[in-house]
Amino acid sequence: MASTLSDSELVARCRAGDEQAWSELVERFSRYVYAIAVQAFRLPDADAEDVFQEVFARAYEHLDRLRDDAAVRPWIGQLTRRLCIDRLRASTRERPADEDDLDAVDPEDTLAMLDDALTVHEALAATPEHCREILDRFFARDESYRTIGDALELPPGTIASRISRCLGRLREFLDGRTDPGSASSSR
Amino acid sequence: MSTFDEERLARLIRALPPAPEGWVRAAQELPAVRAELDEVVARAEADAAFRTRLVADLEAALEAEGYERSPRVVEELRIRLQDNRAK
Repeated sequence: MASTLSDSELVARCRAGDEQAWSELVERFSRYVYAIAVQAFRLPDADAEDVFQEVFARAYEHLDRLRDDAAVRPWIGQLTRRLCIDRLRASTRERPADEDDLDAVDPEDTLAMLDDALTVHEALAATPEHCREILDRFFARDESYRTIGDALELPPGTIASRISRCLGRLREFLDGRTDPGSASSSR
Repeated sequence: MSTFDEERLARLIRALPPAPEGWVRAAQELPAVRAELDEVVARAEADAAFRTRLVADLEAALEAEGYERSPRVVEELRIRLQDNRAK
């Protein structure tokens, strides 16, 4: 079941030594960190794994330095970006021929898109479990109708319509909480 | 974030696939691993015989005492023991 704790509540519990909260924090941000490393910076798997572990190790060690608990998301995002850049620079030192790769990486558009994607995933966590499950399985996990049908005990013929209904609910939820003055997607 | 159509929502959900399970589990186990490392280092500081066994053969000493011996734990412990020796 998805946690209903806010980011700041989660951080406060982690800081108090709650291991379950730490586990939840890792779960909440793992996709974001992973996507920054492999999509925005196109790190190979081995480098992406090192960055991934280093991000959470530093987050664990330095959580008490966070001035605003609600800012954990941009903090983790920034930490991930910095470590990805360090990793790319290190690889260009080891293999100077890779310098062109470093120049070719322009992650800004992808990073902006991933921020929006995380917002949508957070909203998804607030939808009913049957919606969360089916949308995540179909879109994020790329599962077939048959696999989803088997896992959720649904006739494959009903899956498309359920996905459509759930997307509609998610859209209503997001539109309902949209701040008309917000412009993050216009970056 | 301003407006959403369903195509964009689908694209954004698709943009965050799960990280590999093993990576997530390793990060989630960090507090337990750190606690164990702290315990081993504290014991090594207090118990000269244990410290000697660790320095002689780290992995064998950990196995004999029933501690975790994953590559990550061994590597981190090696660094911490070296740091302690350097102090």
